[in-house]
Amino acid sequence: MSAPTVAVHRLEVSPAPGRADPIGESLVRDAAAAGVRLASARATHVYLIEGSLSPDQVESVRRRLLTDPVTEVSRTGAAPAAPGAQVVEVHPLPGVMDPVAQSVRECVRDLLDLPEAPSVSTGWRFDLVPEPGAPLDAKQAAALAARLLANPVIQRVVTEPYHPRSFARSAPHDNAVREVDVLSLDDAHLQKLSREAHLFLSLDEMRAVQAHYRALGRNPREIELETLAQTWSEHCVHKTLKSTIRYAGLADNDPIDWSGRPGHERLPDGTVLIRNLLKSTVAAATHRLIAEGVDWTLSVFADNSGVVAFDERHAVCVKVETHNHPSAIEPYGGAATGVGGCIRDVIGTGLGARPIANNDVFCVAHPDTASVPEGCLHPRRILTQVVAGVRDYGNRMGIPTVSGGVHFDDRYVGNPLVYCGCVGVMPRARVKGRVQRGDLIVAIGGRTGRDGIHGATFSSAELEHSAADEFSHAVQIGNAITEKQTLDAIMRAAGDTGEFGAPLFNALTDCGAGGFSSAIGELGRDTGATVHLERAPLKYAGLSFTEIWISEAQERMVLAVPQRNLAALQRVCDEEGVELAVLGEFAPPEGSTADNPDLCLMFNGQEVGRLSMRFLHEGIPTPTREATWAAPHPPASGTPRNAPAAGAAGESVERTILALLAHPTVAGKHWIIRQYDHEVRGATAIKPLVGPAGRGPGDAAVLLPVPGSTRGLAVSQGLQTGVGDPQVGGDPYLMALAAIDECVRNLVCVGADPSRTAILDNFCWPSCNKPENLGALVRAAEGCYDGALAYRTPFVSGKDSLNNQFTTRDGRTIEIPPTLLITGVGVVPDVRACVTSDAKEPGNAVVLVGGTGPEMGGSLFQQVFGLDAASIDAARRGEGPNRGVAPSLAVPRTQLKLGPTAARMVHQLMQMGLVRSAHDCSEGGVLVALAEMLIGGSTPSRPIGAAVDLSAVPGPDGGPLLGRTVAAFAETPSRYLLEVRRDDVPAVKAALAAAGLPRAVIAVLNDTGELDVSENLLKPIPVERLAAAWTGTLDW
Amino acid sequence: MHTALVVRTAGTNCDAELCRAFELAGARPSLVHVDRLVEEPSRVADADLIGFPGGFSYGDDVASGRILAVKLRERLYPALRDAARRGVPMIGVCNGFQVLVQVGLLPGPAPGTDWPEDAPPRQTVALAHNAQARFVDRWVRVAPDPASPCVWTRSMAELWRTGERDRSLRDDALVLPVAHGEGRFVAASESVLASLRAHHQIALRYADNPNGSADDVAGICDPTGRIFGLMPHPERYLDWTLHPWWTRLPEAARSGPTPGLLLFRDAVEAARTAPPPLAAAAR
Repeated sequence: MSAPTVAVHRLEVSPAPGRADPIGESLVRDAAAAGVRLASARATHVYLIEGSLSPDQVESVRRRLLTDPVTEVSRTGAAPAAPGAQVVEVHPLPGVMDPVAQSVRECVRDLLDLPEAPSVSTGWRFDLVPEPGAPLDAKQAAALAARLLANPVIQRVVTEPYHPRSFARSAPHDNAVREVDVLSLDDAHLQKLSREAHLFLSLDEMRAVQAHYRALGRNPREIELETLAQTWSEHCVHKTLKSTIRYAGLADNDPIDWSGRPGHERLPDGTVLIRNLLKSTVAAATHRLIAEGVDWTLSVFADNSGVVAFDERHAVCVKVETHNHPSAIEPYGGAATGVGGCIRDVIGTGLGARPIANNDVFCVAHPDTASVPEGCLHPRRILTQVVAGVRDYGNRMGIPTVSGGVHFDDRYVGNPLVYCGCVGVMPRARVKGRVQRGDLIVAIGGRTGRDGIHGATFSSAELEHSAADEFSHAVQIGNAITEKQTLDAIMRAAGDTGEFGAPLFNALTDCGAGGFSSAIGELGRDTGATVHLERAPLKYAGLSFTEIWISEAQERMVLAVPQRNLAALQRVCDEEGVELAVLGEFAPPEGSTADNPDLCLMFNGQEVGRLSMRFLHEGIPTPTREATWAAPHPPASGTPRNAPAAGAAGESVERTILALLAHPTVAGKHWIIRQYDHEVRGATAIKPLVGPAGRGPGDAAVLLPVPGSTRGLAVSQGLQTGVGDPQVGGDPYLMALAAIDECVRNLVCVGADPSRTAILDNFCWPSCNKPENLGALVRAAEGCYDGALAYRTPFVSGKDSLNNQFTTRDGRTIEIPPTLLITGVGVVPDVRACVTSDAKEPGNAVVLVGGTGPEMGGSLFQQVFGLDAASIDAARRGEGPNRGVAPSLAVPRTQLKLGPTAARMVHQLMQMGLVRSAHDCSEGGVLVALAEMLIGGSTPSRPIGAAVDLSAVPGPDGGPLLGRTVAAFAETPSRYLLEVRRDDVPAVKAALAAAGLPRAVIAVLNDTGELDVSENLLKPIPVERLAAAWTGTLDW
Repeated sequence: MHTALVVRTAGTNCDAELCRAFELAGARPSLVHVDRLVEEPSRVADADLIGFPGGFSYGDDVASGRILAVKLRERLYPALRDAARRGVPMIGVCNGFQVLVQVGLLPGPAPGTDWPEDAPPRQTVALAHNAQARFVDRWVRVAPDPASPCVWTRSMAELWRTGERDRSLRDDALVLPVAHGEGRFVAASESVLASLRAHHQIALRYADNPNGSADDVAGICDPTGRIFGLMPHPERYLDWTLHPWWTRLPEAARSGPTPGLLLFRDAVEAARTAPPPLAAAAR
């Protein structure tokens, strides 16, 4: 019998008749939401296996590997369409990562004892049966699939069973060394080259490159130009934040005190010159705090994440990244690889940290948006897919996703924001690594493919309607299990299992933006490096050496390994099923010296590129950038987004509070949180949802980083975009202060020690080539400086993304509002003293800590209802329940003395056991915060309610009577709601008074299960109704 | 001290907490990659207890736990069969449970019969996509069957009985976290389910079913009660500070070992006793 010839075998696996088909059923629901009525949909998994397999072998794979005998049926080939059904199939495009296919090919080889693994591809088939009277042709089915099931950037949709005769393979690359003519170009052509080759370098930078090569007397080779473009990208080098900035816009009533700031110089013309904005603000605060005695930071702004001491023996590290542009085009893969990349940053810190928690914050357009500009995905789809991406990557890695938030604003429609954060733990002895001359360059983890080419430069560019076509190659698809295996191998090699006395490597870093070019370029900065690109394991043939060098294929780490440890590392990798390749050596290549080493790129023995490390890392020009600021004028009227839902402003407290609770930014995020495994590792002591029904919003999550220890780490964030919003006359300086304050409050509310809290900055800004936007950035950075000093919370790491805007086909640019995420981690001395926000016992008092001011600019109330002169005047004339101080359109200003004092005092009261529950008072104001406490603590069987006295809400200095709108809905920073036992109220009030903090009992808990706002002549609102409003909006 | 073999592979991610559970329960955990066991099956013979942790073995590619199940069934059945005959307590949590049912170790041979010599019993139950077709992480109230032979749930069953007088035990203490996308228990036929019921092999039920499982099944055991698989994660409930609303429980209600820890203590205790005579006699 002759051997079977190579062929593609198709197998189908479907739910057995009579068995439930949840995937098909959920498609019917999603289709209905998209306006397509389906009677049924059947989901079938399709496997295509290319190899020389006998029918018996195919049958064996079908039966033993692919089919569940209880719930599934399967067959080879393609079943005919179900009666009345239209078939539609979704398959990955060639070259797109398909983790299932990778696993199947390995398993098939094992199962059949094949010498070589076959090629595998997997896809999905759907048999769609339309409802009677709603026919569905092939074209409509394909359109439905493109909308709900597939993304054309990575997948193809076909309307009949897909069964190719063979798999597509790319042609080999000729790999010729090409020079790019730069020397002869004028400015216009330099700019043209920069844009057309996707280098995204400025004219100054192109000129610097030209001058460098002019001195060398030759043109750059393509791979050298690419290396410079990656390394000099905004994403990698933060050139804007590190540049010199001339800031114009000093005003008399400026809340910023411009005197005495490090690195700032006031020029005679009234402008301020700031040298290296990042160093002179965010980092300067940290260094000043260290000089003033903050002795628990261990590594700041130096490594892939910031590191602080946790206990005597352990350190924790934290990093937050953004993955905005990839997520705009392919939200699932973009978010997943954002998570994966941030996890690798933590793994690649010092000599290896173990990731223990993720957090994620998203900013998207409102989910009820009717239509979106061409080239944008609908925000609901973006959010759904982003959540799925975070879920699948984090859950598979076994890292709990514990904290986060979603902020909704229509200006994110073309440029959503996806923040991914990760926290790690490591022995303190592993905090720092350093490459030694002669170390081997070792790549481990995933293979290199064509995915993710130009991610670094793409992320630094501005999105346009054509981005999805132009940059589809920048999309990365992750494989979490490859990363988990890589983590397992690195943790062993770093010494976690005690097999080795010391780590097997001297340094490591992840391959993120720029791929090998950035990772090796960075690690070899001081030593120089020679890289043999043909040694990199590839996913498929046909890559050019330039593609290998800059590919951002996921799940790869680069280690600096002493020769003597290579065998041990190889064994660890073999045992964990992780691929290892020695790419070269960290040492000055021949022809360069130790004090001015080169980076030398080789391919099959030929030198294909050479760059001076010094020019690569220090050659980028730093022109002075112009920044301007015009003092804000609060607009005459706010712009309500959801006014129809609520009627006239403040007309009814009941309707107002229900509308605020239902606003998607405030509303319960259980739909998201419950899709994340937030307690894998068995170490999440305070979970993101709290209370007996698991429906109350936690202020922060608390982790137990070290097994067996009761010392905890709280994780949370602050985001106060409204305070800086140019549309409401906001000020980014005040926004930064408010965000830091909110972050600290969230952490303090669960029991974190504010004096052991470290923070991170993540700026997402519209184009900073516009002086106004750069001016806003300067102000936010100054806020970071003042805020960090006031709260004594050092910044330990950060990241920025500065081109977040979208240009529509008709040339309209939609800028995102300047968005600053502050992430914080705070040490909890003993988790057994932790506090949660759910209301605990009837009879207890609710104490409001902090004064309330009339500034309501940027508040949720303003966003939902608007605030205009007429309504303010009406309020000012206010009689009856609304007499007292009326709202103003100014944005709130954080009090830098009172804010930190409040945080410290609340922490002290908690440590004394005087606080039964605590909740941060922010979006929506006091009543929303109190409602959330009741939603968390009350259940139908054990109801808890509250009787509220709004007239007790103290003013900014404990002073005058506030109007109802201000008392209930202002969002003054630095306020807390504390539940206190009746007997403890005097002690609590006395302590707060001694610290000079405004405070008052504003409510008493009872067992009515109702929120009763006294003096407003309203019926009490049942807590279950509040809960329904709060949980209903995002109950997808 | 008893050795608890914890089997891991690519994508296993609840192994550290499972090891800690065995350790706190008085056993010595030994964490081993499945490939090492395939190379050296005799290591299974040294185990006094065996744990199959949760996670996403091989990414749950093809189906949850499938590829690891194929590996165990094709390469390690004789070693696992011998361990089962010795009465070694085994547990599969979440992904481990999904693996054990696909291997055929659960629900095991028909009551009163021995393990087949060459290949495991054919698969008769499955853990399918949740009814809501997505992953869910939440804590659920659970109800152990006091008449079950399961050696893992003895203390939980005792708490359940006491809970008749003290409702707070059932309302507050007898809870476990679930975190899975494919945990809907399905039996091949009504008679399979009836037999499980009749022999009290449904050791643990959901009091509030999170995924559409048939008969509210949260966990099942083999006829001897020594092999147990469940979707909830008892190893995430080793300390009271991991309870979802511990900040409102009275001090007295959160002293002593958690129900999650008791489950592992029961198994370590069972490992000290002789294997049940039934399996030995049937051989």
